[in-house]
Amino acid sequence: MSGVLSSSIGRKVAMAASAFFLMFFLLQHFAINLTSIFSADAFNELSHFMGTNPAVQFGLQPILIFGVVFHFVMGFVLEVKNKSARNIKYVKNNGAANSTWVSRNMIYSGLAILAFIVLHFIDFWFPEINHKYINVLPEDPTRYYGELVHKFQSPIRTGAYVAAFAFLALHLLHGFKSAFQSSGMSAKRAAKLETVSKIYAIGIPVGFIVIALFHHFNQH
Amino acid sequence: MDMNLKLKIWRQSGANDEGKMVDYSLADVSPDMSFLEMLDVLNEQILNEGGEPVAFDHDCREGICGMCSLYINGEAHGPDRGITTCQLHMRKFKDGDTIYIEPFRAKAFPVIKDLVVDRTAFDRIQHQGGFISVNTSGNTQDANSLPISKHAADEAMDAATCIGCGACVATCKNSSAMLFVGAKVSQYALLPQGQVEASDRVKNMVAQMDLEGFGNCTNTGACEVECPKGISLDNIARMNREFFKANI
Amino acid sequence: MALDSKVPQGPIADKWTNYKNHIDLVNPANKRNIDVIVVGTGLAGGSAAATLAELGYNVKAFAYQDSPRRAHSIAAQGGINAAKNYQGDGDSTYRLFYDTVKGGDYRAREANVYRLAEVSANIIDQCVAQGVPFARDYGGLLDNRSFGGVLVSRTFYAKGQTGQQLLLGAYSAMNRQIGRGKIKMYNRHEMMDVVLVDGKARGIITRNLVTGEVERHSAHAVVIASGGYGNVFFLSTNAMGSNVSASWKIHKKGAYFANPCYTQIHPTCIPVSGDHQSKLTLMSESLRNDGRIWVPAKLEDAQAIREGKKKPTDLSEAERDYYLERRYPAFGNLVPRDVASRAAKERCDAGFGVNATGEAVYLDFADAIKRYGREQALIHGDNNPTAEKIDKLGKELVKAKYGNLFQMYDKIVDEDPYNTPMMIYPAVHYTMGGTWVDYNLMTTIPGCYCIGEANFSDHGANRLGASALMQGLADGYFVLPYTIGDYLSDDIRTGAIPTDSPEFEEAEKSVKDQINFFVNNKGTKSVDHFHKRLGKIMWNKVGMARNAQGLTEAMSEIKALREEFWKDVKVPGSADTYNEELAKAGRVADFLELGELFAKDALVREESCGGHFREESAETEGPQKGEAKRNDADFAFVSAWEYTGEPGDAVLHKEQLEFNDIELKTRSYK
Repeated sequence: MSGVLSSSIGRKVAMAASAFFLMFFLLQHFAINLTSIFSADAFNELSHFMGTNPAVQFGLQPILIFGVVFHFVMGFVLEVKNKSARNIKYVKNNGAANSTWVSRNMIYSGLAILAFIVLHFIDFWFPEINHKYINVLPEDPTRYYGELVHKFQSPIRTGAYVAAFAFLALHLLHGFKSAFQSSGMSAKRAAKLETVSKIYAIGIPVGFIVIALFHHFNQH
Repeated sequence: MDMNLKLKIWRQSGANDEGKMVDYSLADVSPDMSFLEMLDVLNEQILNEGGEPVAFDHDCREGICGMCSLYINGEAHGPDRGITTCQLHMRKFKDGDTIYIEPFRAKAFPVIKDLVVDRTAFDRIQHQGGFISVNTSGNTQDANSLPISKHAADEAMDAATCIGCGACVATCKNSSAMLFVGAKVSQYALLPQGQVEASDRVKNMVAQMDLEGFGNCTNTGACEVECPKGISLDNIARMNREFFKANI
Repeated sequence: MALDSKVPQGPIADKWTNYKNHIDLVNPANKRNIDVIVVGTGLAGGSAAATLAELGYNVKAFAYQDSPRRAHSIAAQGGINAAKNYQGDGDSTYRLFYDTVKGGDYRAREANVYRLAEVSANIIDQCVAQGVPFARDYGGLLDNRSFGGVLVSRTFYAKGQTGQQLLLGAYSAMNRQIGRGKIKMYNRHEMMDVVLVDGKARGIITRNLVTGEVERHSAHAVVIASGGYGNVFFLSTNAMGSNVSASWKIHKKGAYFANPCYTQIHPTCIPVSGDHQSKLTLMSESLRNDGRIWVPAKLEDAQAIREGKKKPTDLSEAERDYYLERRYPAFGNLVPRDVASRAAKERCDAGFGVNATGEAVYLDFADAIKRYGREQALIHGDNNPTAEKIDKLGKELVKAKYGNLFQMYDKIVDEDPYNTPMMIYPAVHYTMGGTWVDYNLMTTIPGCYCIGEANFSDHGANRLGASALMQGLADGYFVLPYTIGDYLSDDIRTGAIPTDSPEFEEAEKSVKDQINFFVNNKGTKSVDHFHKRLGKIMWNKVGMARNAQGLTEAMSEIKALREEFWKDVKVPGSADTYNEELAKAGRVADFLELGELFAKDALVREESCGGHFREESAETEGPQKGEAKRNDADFAFVSAWEYTGEPGDAVLHKEQLEFNDIELKTRSYK
C-alpha cells in the first residue's frame, strides 16, 4: 500500500478522500452554526456536546486535524511537483480557452482558506483548548453563544470571514466535482452531480456568510 | 485577401542550448494555407535570406499521425477545436495578427530543436503494458468466437483513437499525461481480451508515467477540450478505478 | 542474372502449405544468435519486427518518425479485406484471390496473391486477439462493409481509422518485444545505405536525425519495409517524409526495381488550392457510394463557375453532365479508381473543370440527401413530408454516415458540403510498383527482403480498396517470418557480423561524403524548389495519361533537373545536428533518379493496364472506344530493372507472368 500513496493516482485519490471528509465536516459545522441564528440554547447545547464528548474530542478531532493537515500538505506537495513538471513556462498561455479559473487556481483559493483557518484557530480553537485542557477553567455549558456573537463584533474580522468564505466557494466549485472525478466517477454520473455540486459549493459558504453577517448586525 | 503576419517563434539550436522567442514578419499569407504551409513559406523566406529554417515536427499533414505539435497563441494545436496543427488553416487568423508559436512544454518532453520535442516518454509508458500479451502467430481463436458488445467495442474504439500527439500534456497546467495513459488503459480495460492482464497493465503503466516526470491530474478538463481527437475525461476516471481495483 | 521467382510447384491452393512444411527452420536457441534489421515500422515493418522478435531473433527496427506508431499506414481510412465469409455471401479464398488479380489488371503473380488471400483470415483473428477494436454489430460479432470493384462484403473496419487501429495493434506487439529487449528501436533514424558483405546484405548505415551521427548497424538479414514512393510527384496523399530512399539504395546495390510506373491515382481527393500546397488529402472512396460526380455540360457554365459568376447549385439537371453515369452505365460512379481518375482528367482537360485552377469536378450529395430524407420520413411514419423536412432528415443521415469526412472537407476548403457539392480531383495515392521480390519476399540481393508497399508483389497494375492493409500485415505477420528462416538457417554458425570490415567502412564513407557535399554546396535553391519541379514534370508527363513523346521528354527533363540539383541545391545548417533540409536533400536526390526510371518504365510498357494508361494503347472502336487497352501477348510480364550506374541506362529483366488459375479477360465497366 505504501507504494500506492507514492503513485500519482494514489495521491490523487488520497486528496479526494481527505476532501470528502472535510466537506462532510463542513456540512456538519454549518448545520450547528446555523442553529445560532434561530436558538442560542440549541447552539449552546450542540456546541457543548461537540466540545465535551470524548468520542468527538479524542476520536474525531484528531482525525479532523489530520485531514486538514494532510489535505494541505499533500496539496502543496502536488503543487510543487506539478509546477516542476514544466520547467520552462510558456511565453503565451491561454488557459481560459479550455478550463475554468477556479480549477487552475486551487492553490490560491486553498491558501486563502488556510489563512482563514489560522485566524479561526486563533479565534476559537486555541481559546477552547486553553479553556478546557491547559488552564482547565470551570465548564459553563452556556458560554458558546456569547463567545460567538462577541467574535463578530469587529467589522474587520467579519469582513475577513466573508472574504474567506468567498474563497471557499471558489475552492469548492472545482473541488466538489473534482473529488468525485478523482475517485473514479464516470463523466455521465458526474454531470448529474453538477447541480448538487453548485448548490453545495455556493450554498454552504453563503450560509456561513449569512451567519457571520447576522451576528455582526445583531449585536446585543 | 492575403494577410501580413507577425510571428513570434521559439528558436533553440539544441537540447542543451538556451532558447528565445524570435520575431519574423511574413507577407501575403493566403487564408487557404494550412498553418504548416505558412511555416513552409516562412522557412523558404528564411532560407533565401541565408538563415536556418525553423524546425518543427510534422508528417502526415492530415491529422492522424500525431507528429505535429505546436503551442499556438497559448493553445495546443492552436485556436480551432477537434483538429491537429496540420489541419489548422490560416483563415482562423486576421491580417496584422501577431502569432506566438512555442513548442509543447513539459519536463518529460525536452526540446530537441526549435519547436521539435522528444515525446518518447509516451512510447516508454506503452512498453510497460500498452499491449495484450498474445503471440502474433495467427494461431489464435477465430475472431468471432469472442462476441464483444457493440457498446464496449465502440467505447474502446473511442479511447483507441488517441494519436499520441501530447497535446493533453502540453495544455495541462500540471503537464499530466493521464488522458493519454487513461485512454490506453481504457481501450484494453473495455475489451474482454484485455482483462487478463488488466491489473499489471495499469500498475506498470502508471508507474512508468510517474517515473517520466509527468505531473498529476487536477481535473481541470483542459486536456479534453484541446485533444484533437476528443478523448473523454472518462478515460482518466476509468484508469483511476482500474488502478484502485488493481491495488486492493 | 536470370530472375527466379521461386514459386513452389503444385496446385495453387496447396503451394504455401506444402512450402511451409518443407522449408528449413532455425531452432530457438540459434535464433538468439541471429540479428535482423527492419527498416520502417508501418504495418509491414512493425508486424514483421514484432513477429521476428517473438520468434527469438534479435531485431533492430528503424523509423524516421519519432515513434513507430506514426508510420503512414496510420492514415488508411476504409478497411482491410479478409476472406472470412462471415456474411455468408459466397466469399472464399479463391474469390478474394480472383478479385485481387482481376483488380490488378492481370499483372500480379498468381501464387503470391493466392497466399495473400489465404492468410487474410488469420490477420483478423490475430488483430482481434491483440485488442484491435473493429466495428461490431449488435450481436457482438464483427461487422463488414463493401468496397469498390467486388461483389461481396469482406471489408473489416474500425470507423474511418482502420489503418490507425491496425498499426496501433502492430505497434502494441512491438511494444511488448521492446519491453522485453527483443527489439531495439531506433526512432528518428534514417537508413542511408545497405552494406553488402560477400554479396549478402549484412547491415545498414544510418543517420541519427537528432544528432546527425552516422552509424553502422550489422545483421544477418535486412528487411526493407519503407513504404511507397508516391512523393516523387511532390504532391500526393503520402506523408511529407515518405520517401523512396531505402528502396533506392538497395536498388543501387543490386536489388531490381519492378514496375515503377504502376501508380495509383485516387479519384476522390481535395483539389490543389495554390502554389503553397504541400500535400493532398484523400476523401474516402466510400463517398462514391452516395455522391454523384458531375461537371457542367456547357463550357460557358464551367467558365462562369470558375470566375465565381455562377454557383453549382444554379445549374439545372439538364445543364449538368454526370459523365461517369453517362460513360459507364453499369458501374456509374462506382467504377474502379483508375477509370474514375482518368475520366475526371478527361473532362477537366476539355475545359469543364470547376475551380480556379480548372482541375476539379463536383461530388454531389444533393440526390442522396433527398433519397435518404424521403426514406427517413417514411420510417418516421410521415408519408407526405415537406421539402424542408426531407432535407433535414437526409442531412442528418448523411452526417451519420460521412460526418467526419464532411467536417474534414469543411475545415480544409471552408465550404459546407451539405449545401454545396464537394470539389474533388485525383491525386497520387499508392505505388503498386516497388522492389522486385521472389516468393520468399527476398530481393535480388541475398539476405535483403522487401515487404509491404515497398515491394511490387501483389497488386499488379492497380490495387483494390482495403487491400494495402491486408498485404502489409500478411507480409509482416505471416509470410516473411517463415520465409526468412529458410535463409537464416545457413547463418546459425556465422556469429555476430563485425561492423569494422572494409565494406562498412566504405559504405559509411560514401554516406558521409554525400552529407558533406550537401552542407558545403554553395547552391542557391532550396530542396523543395527541385522537388516541386520534379513533381510538375511527373504529374504532367508521367501522370494519369502518358504517351511516348511526353515520357521521352520527361526522361531528359528529369535528368537535366537532377544535374541542376547537384550543382545548385542549397542546404543550410550543419551535418551534425537536427537538419530537416539535409534529410530532405538526400531523399529528393533519390527521387530525381527514380523519376527517370519511372518514366523509362512507362515508356517501355506500350500498353495500358491498371493505373498505367498509354494514350497510344486505347480502344479505337466498338463499345469500349477510348478505354484502356491491355496487351497480354506482349506485356504480360513484370519489368524488373537492374541499376547500372545511370537510371536511364537501367537494364530490363522480364519475369513472365503465368496465369494457370485465372483466365485473362478485358476489364469492362460499361
